[in-house]
Amino acid sequence: MTDQAYNFAYLDEQTKRMIRRAILKGVAVPGYQVPFASREMPMPYGWGTGGVQVTAACLVPEDRLKVIDQGADDTTNAVSIRKFFQRVAGVAVTEATQEATLIQTRHRIPDTSLSAGQILVYQVPIPEPLRFLEPRESETRKMHELEDYGLMHVKLYEDIARHGQIATSYAYPVKVEDRYVMDPSPIPKFDNPKLSNSPALQLFGAGREQRIYALPPFTHVVSLDFDDHPFVPSKADHACDLCDASDSYLDEVIIDDQGGRMFVCSDTDYCGGRRAAGHVGRLGEEAI
Amino acid sequence: MTMTLQNLAKDQPLLSVQGLSKSYGTRIGCADISFDLFPGEVMGIVGESGSGKSTLLSCMAGHMAPDAGRVIFDTASGPRDTVQMAEAERRRMARTDWAFVHQNPRDGLRMGVSAGGNVGERLMAVGARHYGDIRDTATDWLGRVEIAADRIDDRPRAFSGGMQQRLQIARNLVTGPRLVFMDEPTGGLDVSVQARLLDLLRGLVREMGLSAIIVTHDLAVVRLLADRLMVMKDGHVVEQGLTDQVLDDPQHAYTQLLVSSVLQV
Repeated sequence: MTDQAYNFAYLDEQTKRMIRRAILKGVAVPGYQVPFASREMPMPYGWGTGGVQVTAACLVPEDRLKVIDQGADDTTNAVSIRKFFQRVAGVAVTEATQEATLIQTRHRIPDTSLSAGQILVYQVPIPEPLRFLEPRESETRKMHELEDYGLMHVKLYEDIARHGQIATSYAYPVKVEDRYVMDPSPIPKFDNPKLSNSPALQLFGAGREQRIYALPPFTHVVSLDFDDHPFVPSKADHACDLCDASDSYLDEVIIDDQGGRMFVCSDTDYCGGRRAAGHVGRLGEEAI
Repeated sequence: MTMTLQNLAKDQPLLSVQGLSKSYGTRIGCADISFDLFPGEVMGIVGESGSGKSTLLSCMAGHMAPDAGRVIFDTASGPRDTVQMAEAERRRMARTDWAFVHQNPRDGLRMGVSAGGNVGERLMAVGARHYGDIRDTATDWLGRVEIAADRIDDRPRAFSGGMQQRLQIARNLVTGPRLVFMDEPTGGLDVSVQARLLDLLRGLVREMGLSAIIVTHDLAVVRLLADRLMVMKDGHVVEQGLTDQVLDDPQHAYTQLLVSSVLQV
């Protein structure tokens, strides 16, 4: 009964309008962080309030929604957000990446490549890539305005000086269309190449920090690096133990007290799809 | 031929300050300051605390917007008024042609970044993207300011005050600026460390043909480093001239007081 008290997709139309304006501005200026009047959502900050607001503003009744958390469809965060939109918007949901029209994600880009017409919404904790280098917001804005990005390379320099290589492995800074340096949200750097020239629209929402930014389809995105220390999209050097995929991002799972471990795809839909197609990994038969 | 060209170049001031004024409400910071600085020249600005020297330096270096006046710098594309310049352009100039050495090295250094990263920052800001080259240049510059090469990955926190100040100088000079602003570069250091720092600065200024503006209240510093001297009091310049001339034969009552106030050992 109380469900009827909500507008479609929870937010009222004026709020959605305000968020859509921010999204449009973000699409018009790829990589630029657009401030918006982030609302309180019925979940704590850090659970994806920014992503949820962007999703709510983009949803139409015909949409088919997929929600993933660290690649998986069945983790707490993904399940609660999916349930939330089923209840307040009544949209169809799916776990299949190809079938979804709108995908809200936390910390991963699906391993199945996206297609035109899809929207990928990222949950972003800290949208400012320069934040831990320069604490003043007034100054970081000025640095973006003046393209004063020397400091970003200082961070990478420090990585190499201390660890012998660029040790930043997630939230790896990228430069969008040779203009704005952008935080791709905490996706593993393995996913960074998928940001570039994607046929899907990519939207980033940071609820607590009140920022929205976007990558329109086929935007050129480059990961920052040094000439003699080029960017490497790294992953665990294994094949998936369930589906034998060697091209997907892997999670390491401890399976017993003797130090036994297995590597499995973090993208559950991708892994499931491959197993259904008959691919079997090292420990695959036991799992089925 | 080269001689005449050089002479011609020297006829043009590197920095020309015209009628620079800055006030804080009704209080005067500095008023109607004008002077020319020629390439390779070191200018000292002395005066007691509150005489407006730091305000003047901040206005010239673009850290503060002056109320009136012009600061004309001889850029690669001819003389330009830096006060009217767009901020992007001024910042670009501030990290290539200019350098600013703060009194407190903590203001000029990034304390959470290693010495090598501190020296390399300006290089990376102007587009250096080769790690090996950046590191080689940083090592070279640490050597030039007498910091051992094996300290390159230490943070400035682990350095002594004198070393921090030398690191700040290396960080500023690495892009080969033409003009250096220094605000009390020897403040807070003990005398033996001061002496080494002054020695180092004098060497670098001569070797690189730098022009410099040094603000200090220490007359010994200007005696050693400066070619010309400007004495400020209450926001106004009361006397200026060659350093030795001003210090040995002060004309203005305040300069006489200043010179006679120096403790003799």
